[in-house]
Amino acid sequence: MNPIEIESVQQQLESFIDKDVYVHLETTNGAYASHFDDKAYNVGAYIRNAKVRFSQAKIVGNGKSYRAGLKMEFGWIYAEGLSDWTIHGDNQLLLAGHDREGRLMVSLEISEVPFRY
Amino acid sequence: MEKHVVVIYPHPDDESFGAAGTISEFREKGVPVTYLCGTLGEMGRNMGSPTFANRETLPEIRKEELIKASEALDIELQMLGYRDKTLEFEDLTKVANHLKGILEDIKPSLVITHYPDHAVHPDHNALGAAAVEAVRMMDESNRPIVWAQAITNNYYEDLGKPDVINDIRPYFNKKMEAILAHKSQADGMLGKFKENSEIAADMEEAAKERLGTEQFYIWKY
Ligand SMILES: [Zn+2]
Repeated sequence: MNPIEIESVQQQLESFIDKDVYVHLETTNGAYASHFDDKAYNVGAYIRNAKVRFSQAKIVGNGKSYRAGLKMEFGWIYAEGLSDWTIHGDNQLLLAGHDREGRLMVSLEISEVPFRY
Repeated sequence: MEKHVVVIYPHPDDESFGAAGTISEFREKGVPVTYLCGTLGEMGRNMGSPTFANRETLPEIRKEELIKASEALDIELQMLGYRDKTLEFEDLTKVANHLKGILEDIKPSLVITHYPDHAVHPDHNALGAAAVEAVRMMDESNRPIVWAQAITNNYYEDLGKPDVINDIRPYFNKKMEAILAHKSQADGMLGKFKENSEIAADMEEAAKERLGTEQFYIWKY
């Protein structure tokens, strides 16, 4: 993945507007957090291949860390801490945030076809 | 001597970190070993720095690493096709039946798996429970022995001394070769040992201290 270029990502986000799309949204601190540090908590959530439709999409940030918001008819999809992006396969937009060691902390992905696996 | 050993763990790399020394010893004696790997570790977090993987490429990368590690250990590999982090939500009886079918095919004399509720990761606990259940459902006369591996911080206090304590230092290089085949995972895990080990001067020493023995409880049916 590459550091987010806000204009390119904004363009990509807009290409999915008003289409039925599949979303992968995830945040995690790993299954071993409280095994290695008993003061730590295990938290995480993901939703994979949720079929949604949004009418607005925007990425905002300070050049390092970004937030993305997708406005749906009855709600929002939100992610923060995004730092990297890539286009996977045909046309799947992958956004993610990693810690210093390269561990994924947050991920937001949009595709017109379901994600594999 | 064992006839055939089946190792049942959920993630690519569990076999290398957990049992590669024990596996190598069996292979050296000519005992066939089959690894039933539950998932592809699809939800792993280590993407490298700079990133070499992303959420969508990770499964393929880990599958290749798993194949390489299996080649290094000279074992048969079967991928079971479950999804990382979801095993505890599957129907335990269904998973157990799936495993039972494979075990009845292979007819192993020994099964190695995680000790349910003492294996930290929910997938470890769930697949361990399914493996134990699969063997329970088998005809008593055909049941393999089950070695269950506990990795919680408090397993010694809860379960007592393990029944099988393998000093695997003679096979340490083989074990490291298998671990390093899981390139996407090895750096993060070995780094963790170093962080958590005050005595060890370098990573190899830390790894040796942490990975030099493999311990198992014999499951009592
Ligand atoms: Zn594991």
